[in-house]
Amino acid sequence: MRYRAPPAEALLTAGLDAFTAVFHRPSGITHLLASPAPEILTVLADEPLDLDALLARLADRFDLADADRAALAARLDELMVAGLVEAA
Amino acid sequence: MRHVFSVRIGPIGFRVGSDWREPIDQLRELYRYYPSPNLPDFTVRLEATRPWRRLVRPSIRIAGDYTLPEAAPLPLAQGLLAAEMAMNLQLALGGRRHLLLHASCVERDGRALLMTGESGAGKSTLATLLAAKGWRFMGDEFALIDPETGLVHAFPRLISLKNAGIAAAMAAQPDARFGPLLAGTPKGDIRHMVPDGLAVGAMDEPARPVLLLFPRYGHAAETLPVRGSEAFVRLTQASTNYVAMGEAGFATLTRLVRTVPAQAIDYPDGAAAVAQVEALWRTL
Repeated sequence: MRYRAPPAEALLTAGLDAFTAVFHRPSGITHLLASPAPEILTVLADEPLDLDALLARLADRFDLADADRAALAARLDELMVAGLVEAA
Repeated sequence: MRHVFSVRIGPIGFRVGSDWREPIDQLRELYRYYPSPNLPDFTVRLEATRPWRRLVRPSIRIAGDYTLPEAAPLPLAQGLLAAEMAMNLQLALGGRRHLLLHASCVERDGRALLMTGESGAGKSTLATLLAAKGWRFMGDEFALIDPETGLVHAFPRLISLKNAGIAAAMAAQPDARFGPLLAGTPKGDIRHMVPDGLAVGAMDEPARPVLLLFPRYGHAAETLPVRGSEAFVRLTQASTNYVAMGEAGFATLTRLVRTVPAQAIDYPDGAAAVAQVEALWRTL
């Protein structure tokens, strides 16, 4: 399965200490995200990716060397429930 | 409506219509030194629950653009309370020009201190105590944040004193003007106090927010910093129109918490709280 995030212009973001506040324009809902969720959205905004490709891209771009596949799948599930990520 | 009164409180204009004269006369007296609006933003109506209830055991129903369906009618003796509640409700649910924070606000040297917290945290009491020390009272119900400028606008409506707070305020500010004692309301005894001349005279002057406070009454004195992310979450909950404001609300609130430091203060009594606030203010 491949995952897709909204294009960058669909989101307003503001860094607040350890969190990132995200306003999702299509729904009008505000989310408060902790790493690596903002990084996931950034990478998926470029193009839809499957789990392994996303894991590799995150490790590459954000130095998330200890990223673990199961944990990433759990974060993606949470973002899908929140309506920020969907199946491509 | 038979009886009508219009008033501007800060940037917000209200028009209040009533089936009865008494609440209008009370409003006119208490808001005597406030200006009239060019055009009211909100209209409130105090209506008889049934035509004959204008005369027989008069019972007031609040009407306007926004109403709470479960709100119980109030007796005519509590008409002033009904008018104040209705005015607050219209602004809370209908205001779109400002991000509305359920907060009290005082100003000194053009810089504003915002205080927010749950009912009973003491934000109204603290605002009136600080006003007695020379701060300008900007409001004890809503702080109006301008999305364009980030400045806070005053909304110095009548101060709604409750129960033990009534005697305390009358002792602290014996020269203030007070409305009638409204005994046995759904919120207990209520008496309205008119904000002082400084608050009313300068109500058109906005101020730059420089400190956010989350006071909590009834604990040993302690001051702790609050992170921006926590302040953001608390203020989304303290805003009555954050969701309705959409993007403007998000931009306004994130700017506020990123530029203004936030502190939580626990305090055992008013004097301690004033000292804590003054100490924090000196560090800014």
